Amino acid sequence: MAQAPHTPPLFLRPASYRQRRRRDAARLLPVIGVFLMLLPVLWAPQDTFHRDTAPDGIYLFVVWAVLIGLAMLISRSLNATDEDDPDAPGDQGLGQ
Amino acid sequence: MPFNILVLSCLAYVIFLFGVAWAAERRADRGRLGWLQSPLIYTLSLSIYCTAWTFYGAVGYAARSGLEFLTIYLGPTIVFIGWWWILRKLVRIGRQQRVTSIADLISSRFGKSNLLGVIVTVIAVVAATPYIALQLQSVTLSFSVFASPTDDGFSPPGTEATAVWVAGGLALFTILFGTRNLDAKEQHHGIVTAIAVEAVVKLIALIAVGVFVVWFMADGPADMIARIDASEIADWNLQPGRWAGLLFAAGAAVICLPRMFQVMVVENADERHLATASWAFPLYLFAMSLFIVPIAVMGLERLPAGANPDMFVLTLPLAEGQGALAMLAFLGGFSSATSMVIVESIALATMVSNHIVMPVWLRLRPSRAVSGDVRRLVLLSRRISIGVVLGLGYAYYRMSGGSTALAAIGLIAFVGVAQFLPAMVFGIFWRGATRIGAALGMTVGFVVWAYTLFLPSFGADAVIPAMVFIDGPWGIGWLRPRALFGVSTMDPLLHALFWSMFLNTAAFLTGSLLTFPGPVERMQGAAFVRVFDTTTGSPRGWQRGLAEPEDLLVMSQRIMGDEDALVFFEAEAKGQGKAGYLPDPTPEFMARLERRLAGSVGAATAHAMMSQLAGRATVTVEDLMAVASESAQIMEYSARLESQQEEVTRTARALREANEKLMQLSIQKDAFLSQISHELRTPMTSIRAFSEILTEGDLPPELVANYGRIIHDEAKRLTRLLDDLLDLSVLENGTVQLNLGLSNLSQMIDRALASASHTKPERSFIIHRDLPMENIFIRTDADRLVQVFINLISNARKYCDAASPELRISVRQKGGRVTVDFVDNGSGIAKDSQALIFEKFARLTDQTRAGGAGLGLAICREVMANLGGTITYLPGQGGAAFRVAVPLRLERKAG
Repeated sequence: MAQAPHTPPLFLRPASYRQRRRRDAARLLPVIGVFLMLLPVLWAPQDTFHRDTAPDGIYLFVVWAVLIGLAMLISRSLNATDEDDPDAPGDQGLGQ
Repeated sequence: MPFNILVLSCLAYVIFLFGVAWAAERRADRGRLGWLQSPLIYTLSLSIYCTAWTFYGAVGYAARSGLEFLTIYLGPTIVFIGWWWILRKLVRIGRQQRVTSIADLISSRFGKSNLLGVIVTVIAVVAATPYIALQLQSVTLSFSVFASPTDDGFSPPGTEATAVWVAGGLALFTILFGTRNLDAKEQHHGIVTAIAVEAVVKLIALIAVGVFVVWFMADGPADMIARIDASEIADWNLQPGRWAGLLFAAGAAVICLPRMFQVMVVENADERHLATASWAFPLYLFAMSLFIVPIAVMGLERLPAGANPDMFVLTLPLAEGQGALAMLAFLGGFSSATSMVIVESIALATMVSNHIVMPVWLRLRPSRAVSGDVRRLVLLSRRISIGVVLGLGYAYYRMSGGSTALAAIGLIAFVGVAQFLPAMVFGIFWRGATRIGAALGMTVGFVVWAYTLFLPSFGADAVIPAMVFIDGPWGIGWLRPRALFGVSTMDPLLHALFWSMFLNTAAFLTGSLLTFPGPVERMQGAAFVRVFDTTTGSPRGWQRGLAEPEDLLVMSQRIMGDEDALVFFEAEAKGQGKAGYLPDPTPEFMARLERRLAGSVGAATAHAMMSQLAGRATVTVEDLMAVASESAQIMEYSARLESQQEEVTRTARALREANEKLMQLSIQKDAFLSQISHELRTPMTSIRAFSEILTEGDLPPELVANYGRIIHDEAKRLTRLLDDLLDLSVLENGTVQLNLGLSNLSQMIDRALASASHTKPERSFIIHRDLPMENIFIRTDADRLVQVFINLISNARKYCDAASPELRISVRQKGGRVTVDFVDNGSGIAKDSQALIFEKFARLTDQTRAGGAGLGLAICREVMANLGGTITYLPGQGGAAFRVAVPLRLERKAG
């Protein structure tokens, strides 16, 4: 390790850069999930009289399956490289 | 199906689970964890989220409110796919701080405060009560649906009796497996594996019923969609408030439910498993929910109007004459209920024993914290707590009449545990969160929840009089339980969720902003919030040298168990460059020990127990600065210097010890030389004197015989002394011939006891032995090993100074080694002499001239080295204690 005091580099090397963006994707995923799951509120099925259980159900299950698929892709790519970010002194939330 | 066959199949299933748990536990004991710690098992164990509520209640929920049931599974999905935010941090903290429960997490975060531990425990127990009642209710319902009277007039017992039996059986199973041992870190491999098996059973059962409904009763998915469109629930009413509120409540519950916390954080063996679970657990939920609507629609279509929709999963196959499928569904429901109750009661029992029983006990008898048998107390209190928790669940079931829809009961529990959320989430993300804020927030939230949701769930006039619902308490209208502050148009559940969470968070934030945290609290806060920041030094607080390591060892043995404590202390001592079992009480060692103890009894209790021995923990200004971010980097630099200095100190200490030992050895050698000449001279003198008398002749024959005997005895003594010296030099050179063979340990100890009884035959010893454990065959040199045993037993006979001397011989087999401990009840060996006793010519007291030249233990040590084993002194056993360890099978060395 370098001599203290040590300042983090301004620009990251490509591997670290990709790593950070994958983490951002992991953070973003639940936000997208919440948005898509709250979406049915907009078309407010309570006021309608047409039969909407089946289409709404299919919509929710499709969203669900897509989220699971994305989560799988992201977690696999994160898992392999979890600890070896050469530029990271530590992970402190959204910064850097 | 006849009732007794049903009971038999349940019993067979439980016995099967028992077998699984037992086999997994055995595997884990042997250290072959392998697949027991795979991400698959971890994910499957998380599925205890899906209880009987999911298995039976979700269909009923769908039949009543359409797609709203999905919120219960979508909420956790969001939390899991967002694992990078909260779950990852929780698991890391849980592993780093050795957290034992959610109560422990919160109490530890806010300065190891026991008050918070108690609050969380109380809320968790109260909130779990309706949830456990739900499981009892669903199992009881499924029994009554399934069971039919047999021909010989044997009719099923009433539902009350069934519930009692189910509760009792579950309590028994949980106690047998959940409280068998007090683990270093509360992990239960047996239970987790059994739960993973149950997870598979319930998933297969629900999917089997779903496949049957979609492809055998209907004509595939397209036909199913048409049937959904034609059914009563074709048009569902999405209430935006409830939809969002339930998503939130379910998401909060999956983190805050004690049982989820237990499997997710406490039982987590590897953080990488969480990455897999982040998509695999939502996938499990997805699979569980996929067929809920088809089953509900088909049930509404085919079954008579009055049928209970909560039981469609069971009644639908039954009505179609599919007995085997119904049986599978029944076992699936049974699995869901049992796994939930088992883990929930273990988690709650851990909390009750660590945060209520232990602190009370410590307060009542502080002196026994060190000497009393804490392990037994903890285990006993956990067993009783499990019984009490299940008893409360049963009481709720009886009081609520067992008639409410399953989903309604489950949601009450969800909102209850969601009260932990502000304290937990703010606690791990915001360093400004304080103990008082957390206590205020959770108390306010709990009271509001109880008043607006929990107590009203018993029905009007049961706890809260009906008048209060209409007019409010004392006629104060804005305090009506269903319409706080005049908000009367809200759905009751949403009303309770909104007000409890809002007031909870408000009180928490206000309290945190207005109060000032104590030093320990600030350090814990920093350690939690910056858990990923590896450069922060671990918080310290214990002062150097205030505690005796031997006292610490004695206390740790009471909590962690003899074996684990000794291993831990030995490793710590080795880390400091010392041999033996007693490390120096450095602040780092004390902090590690505290964390280790916290893994068994919780942070607050461990801290209190350590304080009994080491005085109050103090937090210095430097410690606070070390965790303050501004100066972290400067501190890091000086910490590196410090660690270098530490290393130099350690080396110096090792050198000093070596030097001390050399000096003492040199003195001993001188002493020995004079002693050995004395020892050789004394018999020589008498031999010379008596042989001179004999050569003069003219003596009576009896005198000649007498003198002759004296000469002979003295010559024998000389020979023995020379033999010992020879033996030692042969052993030290490693040229000894070993006579390997299989022999029984018990017989060897018998032989040793018989031979050693000639030493001081007038002293009567009480010998404690464990004959079944001794019955081991060892491949070794039996005569040499017996020689060691004889030496140890004779030493005990010679030197044990107790009035009624006792000797305990205990045998343990671990891995490929057998250890035999010889522990007497005398005053033991002083600490500064312990390092010397195995040296040649060492004799501790000059007064105790018990014969021998001080070579006994030195020979023992060499014999053991030749046998591939060790002999060590065990400190802190309440007397002189020696441990002999030998390999189970000694292979002959080549050459």
